[in-house]
Amino acid sequence: MYTTLSSFAQTWGLGLFIMMFLVALVYALWPANSETFRKAAHQPLVDKDPLDD
Amino acid sequence: MSSHVTPTEKPGWGFSIGTVSLLVGAVALGALVIAANAADPMMAAHAWLFFFLTVGGLLVTGLWAGARNGRNPFDPAFYEDTIVKFGVAASMFWGIAGFLVGLIIALQLSFPGLFYFPELGWTNFGRLRPLHTSAVIFAFGGNVLIATSFYVVQRTCRTRLAGGMWPWFVFWGYNLFIVIAGTGYLLGVTQSKEYAEPEWYADLWLTIVWVAYLLVFLGTLWKRKEPHIYVANWFYLSFIVTIAMLHIVNNLSIPVTLTGSKSYQLFGGVQDALTQWWYGHNAVGFFLTTGFLAIMYYFIPKKVNRPVYSYRLSIVHFWSLIFIYIWAGPHHLHYTALPQWAQTLGMVFSIMLWMPSWGGMINGVMTLSGAWDKLRTDPVVRMMIVALAFYGMSTFEGPLMSVRAVNSLSHYTEWGIAHVHSGSMGWVGFISFGALYCLTPWLWKRKALFSTALVEWHFWLATLGILFYIVAMYVAGITEGFMWRAYNEFGFLEYSFIETVKAKHIMYIIRVTGGALYLIGALIMAYNLVRTALGHGEARDAEAVPAQGPAQSPALQPAE
Repeated sequence: MYTTLSSFAQTWGLGLFIMMFLVALVYALWPANSETFRKAAHQPLVDKDPLDD
Repeated sequence: MSSHVTPTEKPGWGFSIGTVSLLVGAVALGALVIAANAADPMMAAHAWLFFFLTVGGLLVTGLWAGARNGRNPFDPAFYEDTIVKFGVAASMFWGIAGFLVGLIIALQLSFPGLFYFPELGWTNFGRLRPLHTSAVIFAFGGNVLIATSFYVVQRTCRTRLAGGMWPWFVFWGYNLFIVIAGTGYLLGVTQSKEYAEPEWYADLWLTIVWVAYLLVFLGTLWKRKEPHIYVANWFYLSFIVTIAMLHIVNNLSIPVTLTGSKSYQLFGGVQDALTQWWYGHNAVGFFLTTGFLAIMYYFIPKKVNRPVYSYRLSIVHFWSLIFIYIWAGPHHLHYTALPQWAQTLGMVFSIMLWMPSWGGMINGVMTLSGAWDKLRTDPVVRMMIVALAFYGMSTFEGPLMSVRAVNSLSHYTEWGIAHVHSGSMGWVGFISFGALYCLTPWLWKRKALFSTALVEWHFWLATLGILFYIVAMYVAGITEGFMWRAYNEFGFLEYSFIETVKAKHIMYIIRVTGGALYLIGALIMAYNLVRTALGHGEARDAEAVPAQGPAQSPALQPAE
């Protein structure tokens, strides 16, 4: 049990986590997302009430 | 506020009020049964406390939410700001209480004879120390996080808090947990796990409250009007989800009897130790770090009126913290029965944390680009940037201390105390003070704070206090670390334990001075915030400003 779990964690588990992190990295650096992020960076500065459009 | 519609019908006994009342009522009844059959006096005291506070809470909030005179306390046209006001007040109250208890226990360590009352067991250092740590971390820090998260998630999702009465259950339920935990420490109720001392019944109650918190937060995200989920909300969400997981796993225990306060841990030995420090270090990572980074990502841009320096960096910052932090816990167990590979794993992941921590710090500081003058003119901004400087320092020092060779000198000494206090007083304290200084005029719709001069006083007293505190503890820690490992020419230990204690006595007294300065700063702050809320001094003429925040760029006004 211990050997099975630890060998899974050290191979496939590790690979899975690295892949998941790479997906996040690609999302952050994907050029097409830059406009969304530019707007998002300004999101705290917007003052609107719940029903404003 | 323009297009707000007054509800025509009286909202009455809504679903959320009904479910909250049902849950709280059931807990009150259960508490009454336990109180009648309590196996020990501590459990009886806590069961009565539960009973009276839940019944009292039910009556008061029921009357408040009763929508008298057609008033709708859950009007979707407005943000839920009243609960944030309560959160600001609770944070300030618990902060002062926690700092005061910290000062008392620092005095106890400096002058043991002066504060020794053998007939009053609850005044013992061992009882008061967890009261201090829980009061500052969970009562002060927790209320700051709940209040700011409720404020930020509504603004950045542009929708009212979800769940009607449930956010109120979260706020009052969490503070009830604090009272149960704190009184428990004084009564001697503890499961002896650092930062997880409360016993099984308090843990169960906190689990219910925390799941409600998660659902309120997710529900608000779900009905958001902004398509993109702002990065601060990701940080808050990671804090809520991870604390739920840590809390449940680390508190798996079996009560001796359902009417008694004592329970036994499910895990034993080194497994229990590893679970405890997996919990303990991630409480630092996901309570004291990601939660307060969420504050950074909202309040610094808002206060200086500049966008986040690099939004891409904020995403990388977030995911690298998430993927790395969770593995760092074993560095608390160097040179123990824990297998060495696990110790090394904890150390390596701690060192990897350097990068995301500094990336995040740089992102926060650089958000001031084009507004650097505010560091000189606005003491609130300066406070938040100094908070980031302390964040950078303690996240540089932490990985260093996780290296086994360094840890062999630093562990169990005052160095650790210096490290956690530069992180907690410098980073968590200052970013929280900054957020509270921002929130008070925004929530009470005041033009400015009552007195900027008093913020300057607070800033300098507290900064000086931290420096006194940490410098004294660094000197004490390194001194005792070297004294402990010194051998004479015959191979015997050079110093007895009491000699190391005598060597750091003066440092303890300097620490007391630092703590006192920090407490005085917080008292000045509380006075300033109360006068601000009342609209005195520079806070007058409130109606002239819009709902929140100071100067806004005209291009960002809502287009109607």
